[in-house]
Amino acid sequence: MDTESQYSGYSYKSGHSRSSRKHRDRRDRHRSKSRDGSRGDKSVTIQAPGEPLLDNESTRGDERDDNWGETTTVVTGTSEHSISHDDLTRIAKDMEDSVPLDCSRHLGVAVGATLALLSFLTPLAFLLLPPLLWREELEPCGTACEGLFISVAFKLLILLLGSWALFFRRPKASLPRVLVLRALLMVLVFLLVVSYWLFYGVRILDARERSYQGVVQFAVSLVDALLFVHYLAVVLLELRQLQPQFTLKVVRSTDGASRFYNVGHLSIQRVAVWILEKYYHDFPVYNPALLNLPKSVLAKKVSGFKVYSLGEENSTNNSTGQSRAVIAAAARRRDNSHNEYYYEEAEHERRVRKRRARLVVAVEEAFTHIKRLQEEEQKNPREVMDPREAAQAIFASMARAMQKYLRTTKQQPYHTMESILQHLEFCITHDMTPKAFLERYLAAGPTIQYHKERWLAKQWTLVSEEPVTNGLKDGIVFLLKRQDFSLVVSTKKVPFFKLSEEFVDPKSHKFVMRLQSETSV
Amino acid sequence: PTPLPGQDVAPQRVEIHKLRQGENLILGFSIGGGIDQDPSQNPFSEDKTDKGIYVTRVSEGGPAEIAGLQIGDKIMQVNGWDMTMVTHDQARKRLTKRSEEVVRLLVTRQSLQKAVQQSMLS
Repeated sequence: MDTESQYSGYSYKSGHSRSSRKHRDRRDRHRSKSRDGSRGDKSVTIQAPGEPLLDNESTRGDERDDNWGETTTVVTGTSEHSISHDDLTRIAKDMEDSVPLDCSRHLGVAVGATLALLSFLTPLAFLLLPPLLWREELEPCGTACEGLFISVAFKLLILLLGSWALFFRRPKASLPRVLVLRALLMVLVFLLVVSYWLFYGVRILDARERSYQGVVQFAVSLVDALLFVHYLAVVLLELRQLQPQFTLKVVRSTDGASRFYNVGHLSIQRVAVWILEKYYHDFPVYNPALLNLPKSVLAKKVSGFKVYSLGEENSTNNSTGQSRAVIAAAARRRDNSHNEYYYEEAEHERRVRKRRARLVVAVEEAFTHIKRLQEEEQKNPREVMDPREAAQAIFASMARAMQKYLRTTKQQPYHTMESILQHLEFCITHDMTPKAFLERYLAAGPTIQYHKERWLAKQWTLVSEEPVTNGLKDGIVFLLKRQDFSLVVSTKKVPFFKLSEEFVDPKSHKFVMRLQSETSV
Repeated sequence: PTPLPGQDVAPQRVEIHKLRQGENLILGFSIGGGIDQDPSQNPFSEDKTDKGIYVTRVSEGGPAEIAGLQIGDKIMQVNGWDMTMVTHDQARKRLTKRSEEVVRLLVTRQSLQKAVQQSMLS
């Protein structure tokens, strides 16, 4: 019976992985302490593989390149050194982490596979052993046995197909902890098979059971039990989580983009994976350039207040007192930065709209220059172009407007010229209008729309105060952290609705005029 | 004339001479009620299903006041035309005919006591 799964990432019953996990936790905690004065909560890592395991090296290389690219364009020479140190430590840590994780992942898969094979072959063994060992003493059994053979064959086939459909799936994510339900199911199957073997060994092999029909019925009962365990697996693993029980609010910490989702009963780590899948196609792409207030607005935060302490040298009291005094004084001071912010925003809006208008007009005009060649028309072969050439031909007229618009909305890192050309070619091929072509650029789309490097972020960290194998409960809050931002997830239980009925007779709808006029004559 | 059932006072005959104001002939009072109106909103009627035309306001010094029309009167007839089963608009039209300069109304009013009682109850 195949209740194991090819899902990777749980370390299962092995001392080695447990110790490595503890070690990792300690290192995690240490690292978080050094970074931000930790809360002492558990922080475990989720890796989301979109590609097979062997690509770990190359993707880490990509991440490193990504980081290097960002740091070299943004920071100056001196800070580059410190950031590069961070990078090195992080990469070293990643390398250290991934090795035990791979082993544990493989271990889990291997155990599951052997258990599955064992449970699949057991009924066959039950059926084959008596004829092999004591054929002469065996009573022949007629049509009843044949019927049972057929049923065993088909049930095994159904079991095989069912487990293939349910469990042999490409793993979506590598989770930090054992999936509890899955482990329990595997234990159940193991116990089942072992107890059947025990009975078989004592009652049938030792006693050299004569009646073959009894043996066949024994094997059939095992297959039935395995089918029921499969049914249990379907219900526990797939169906239980479908009915919505909780509403999750997911907020991105950097710019406040938020969404609400409904989920059923799941453990925290599985919910985390589910949320990440939704994140990539619901949330607009994270654009670090759009975060801060313009410099001109914030530049004038000059304190201008110096606080002198007279009297006792009680340093701690004084420092808090001082800072409080400075803050209070700064708050009372007349501050006009909101004005500047407002005008800056209005100006920016205006500029964006103007550029957008120019872009739309340019694109509309560009699209009028080409048209699809109809079959009946005969044209000079030199004039006929394929989509790529057509795109290149009209790109020049809109390139400048596009570039200016992208720069104003700070989207230019996401769209290279090549990508724009490709999109143009795509739109031309499918007879899309200029508006459809522009849809991609006028609004920031979800992360999955952009080039692979941007969204193939593998490393997410799940930060939670509760153990991540716990089920969801009302009021749980956890974090999904990336390097530059994090998603804050809070849970609320869906309320219990009390629905009552009220019968309305269709004939009871009656109306009267209700006019009150007073006329002066 | 004998009092109608339910009314304490006998119907009154009121003769109003319309006043010319510019282009219009005005009588100087306001009416409410009608078969197309909601009778339960009428503050002056004793029977709240009475859909007759009532006088809701009498302007000071106007022709109606001079003729003796009072607020709360129910108009039964205007120049012989019945006003107990008319719509609001029809009532208005019958009162404001341009060709007539004098209108003779038949009105009934409740006694003062009843009126005071009613105003205290409402």
